[in-house]
Amino acid sequence: MRNIIGLLTLSLHFGCQGTVRAAHDEAETPTSYTALEVAGGAMGDPVGSPIHAVLTSPPEVPPAVDRTTPAKVVVELEVVEKVMPISEGVDYTFWTFGGTVPGSFIRIRQGDTVEFHLQNHPDNKMPHNIDLHAVTGPGGGAASSFTAPGNQSQFSFQALNPGLFVYHCATAPVGMHIANGMYGLILVEPPEGLAPVDREYYVMQGDWYTVGKYREKGLQPFDMQKGIEENATYVLFNGSEGALVGDNALQAKVGEHIRLFVGNGGPNLVSSFHLIGEIFDKVHFEGGSLVQEQVQTTLIPAGGAAIVEFTVEAPGTYVLVDHSIFRAFNKGAVGMLKVEGPDAKGVYSGKEVDAVYLADKAAPAAPIAEASQATAAGTLSLAQQVDAGKALFQGTCSTCHQPDGKGLGDVFPPLAESDFLMADVERSIGVVLNGLSGPIEVNGRRFDSVMPPMSQLNDDEVAHILTYVRNSFGNKGDAVSPEQVARVRATTERPQGAAH
Amino acid sequence: MLLHLYIAVAVAQVPTDLVAIRGGAYRPLYPADPEVPVVTVGPFRLESRPVTVGQYRAFVQAHPAWAPGKVPAVRADESYLSRWSSGATLADEQPVTEVSWFAARAYCAALGRRLPTEDEWELVARASTDAFDASADEAWLAEILAWYGRPSTDTLSWVGRGTPNRWGVHDMHGLVWEWVEDFNNTLVSADIREAGDDERSRFCGVGAVSAQDVKDYANFMRVAWRSALEGRTTTRNLGFRCAADEEGP
Repeated sequence: MRNIIGLLTLSLHFGCQGTVRAAHDEAETPTSYTALEVAGGAMGDPVGSPIHAVLTSPPEVPPAVDRTTPAKVVVELEVVEKVMPISEGVDYTFWTFGGTVPGSFIRIRQGDTVEFHLQNHPDNKMPHNIDLHAVTGPGGGAASSFTAPGNQSQFSFQALNPGLFVYHCATAPVGMHIANGMYGLILVEPPEGLAPVDREYYVMQGDWYTVGKYREKGLQPFDMQKGIEENATYVLFNGSEGALVGDNALQAKVGEHIRLFVGNGGPNLVSSFHLIGEIFDKVHFEGGSLVQEQVQTTLIPAGGAAIVEFTVEAPGTYVLVDHSIFRAFNKGAVGMLKVEGPDAKGVYSGKEVDAVYLADKAAPAAPIAEASQATAAGTLSLAQQVDAGKALFQGTCSTCHQPDGKGLGDVFPPLAESDFLMADVERSIGVVLNGLSGPIEVNGRRFDSVMPPMSQLNDDEVAHILTYVRNSFGNKGDAVSPEQVARVRATTERPQGAAH
Repeated sequence: MLLHLYIAVAVAQVPTDLVAIRGGAYRPLYPADPEVPVVTVGPFRLESRPVTVGQYRAFVQAHPAWAPGKVPAVRADESYLSRWSSGATLADEQPVTEVSWFAARAYCAALGRRLPTEDEWELVARASTDAFDASADEAWLAEILAWYGRPSTDTLSWVGRGTPNRWGVHDMHGLVWEWVEDFNNTLVSADIREAGDDERSRFCGVGAVSAQDVKDYANFMRVAWRSALEGRTTTRNLGFRCAADEEGP
């Protein structure tokens, strides 16, 4: 019932004290109190002095509630509009709860009475409010928290239902406030608490709409039209492409039991949340009380959440993705969990065989081996590279570009006598390494297609392939050296894990 | 700095020139009467620029009741002109901000003028540099929206710097938010909030349905902004300009 109210008020909220009475009256049915009865004794007046809530920035989670009675909990949350990187070299003006995206994590106990203070920083341009899905009451707090810059509002609510809930700004135009990062999670623990685990983390997905293309440099404004069309430029965990990768990756040790609090702020997209190389032992799907077990991918609605739990048995890097997989590959929905500890070969062996397999495209692998030896000896010749490149080309490239290099229709451009290929060797190296999408012109013909990055190839292999195609099919060019490839690779770094 | 206020040489309140607006019809985002989606605005005059720090300082010197610290809390909140005494550098030519609706009205009244109504302000605000009504110009709307999307951490630039709009009016967008006389007409004011539910439900529950153009985000932002205000509210990016009737001083 509460969700009905939430939806209606979310549609457009200017902070009035009004309510949608029909929906509210429906909520007064006895069945809505099931949670109270089950909780038995969870409710009642707050006990003891008021407690100031510990708020944490993602990916950290506040400590578990250590109380057996309800309390009065004071939450102070500041809205800050600020410029932060959304990707490398790309800035965005985020609107935040607490200075981060997602906003500060709030952790309370069922039955607690929360005294909520929303502060709108004086430098902010916009009025804001907050709708917490954990609130039972019209607007989820939105009506009572509408606050102009340089002002603060206060309201109180009792946390009647346990669960993991989203909060978000509900000021019109709601979509823009959410698209700019105004969401976070509030956990309402049941009276008995959650089972202890070794580590807890806070991850939240969101979709982003910028005027510039994905990774177009500079300060990128919000694009209203793309938002309306639900055509996301970025899909990200924790508000930036680097939030959970490299040095910022989540950490764990072999054998530990991990709990992730995962939310989806939207505003538009539903998440197919998946952790590559792990199976969730338990999922509190939709953030509720029921538990599903042995889950590969869990669906998290926009404005919803899930608690996932798993044990990490083998060391290595586990990659969080939205398994609507183009979002991971092309829009940034990638995070990492790095697990350290002793190998567990019985659970996962690592690579046991690494050999070329060319199937029906079989070409003698001998030239590749010969080129490798020549490279090591420093005697690599153009002819050796061409031979090795030909073998590699037939395994990797010929499916699309065709064995004769003439391409296929209007989809795969020709390499044969190709002006595009021959014009700029560094560009060609970049295309092999990083892929290419969007319109290009080859020999006067326009192509608008996608080539995936050939990130499985090493520098030697890329050099051989390019040397081959630049000296075949009517092309005539120099040898391409592995050093050239290495230089291009070094200047066009892609995030680890993006190649999944 | 207190210097701004007490050591500056007293100067008369110099009014900004008024631009004649011949009036016209426009479609408000939330028409007061849903049966009448187009509102006709009669002729009036509007100051060509927002009121500046220098102009407001002269007003305060002539009317000390509006000096910082002298204004009752019901008429201006505690951040009223707070930067005048905080050591912040304010140029005379910057738009005055941190003024309440009551203060803005008093300033205009001292000149025999008044605040523009929301309809008057919005009519003029629809003009780009080369069109009286640019409300269908998506690029122009996107520019306005981009300004709304940025926090006000930079120093405000001087008034009247850019190209005026088609009416010859400067700074309707991109410098400061501005008070209008009936800023609270699109929501229920505190006084009538308890009176009845009909008005409320119109704006809370059915708001998106009754809006004229749910794609005009810039307009939504202004309505939302005004809805967040009380008459005593002051903020760092909220200023004003005065208007006058067609025939007047």
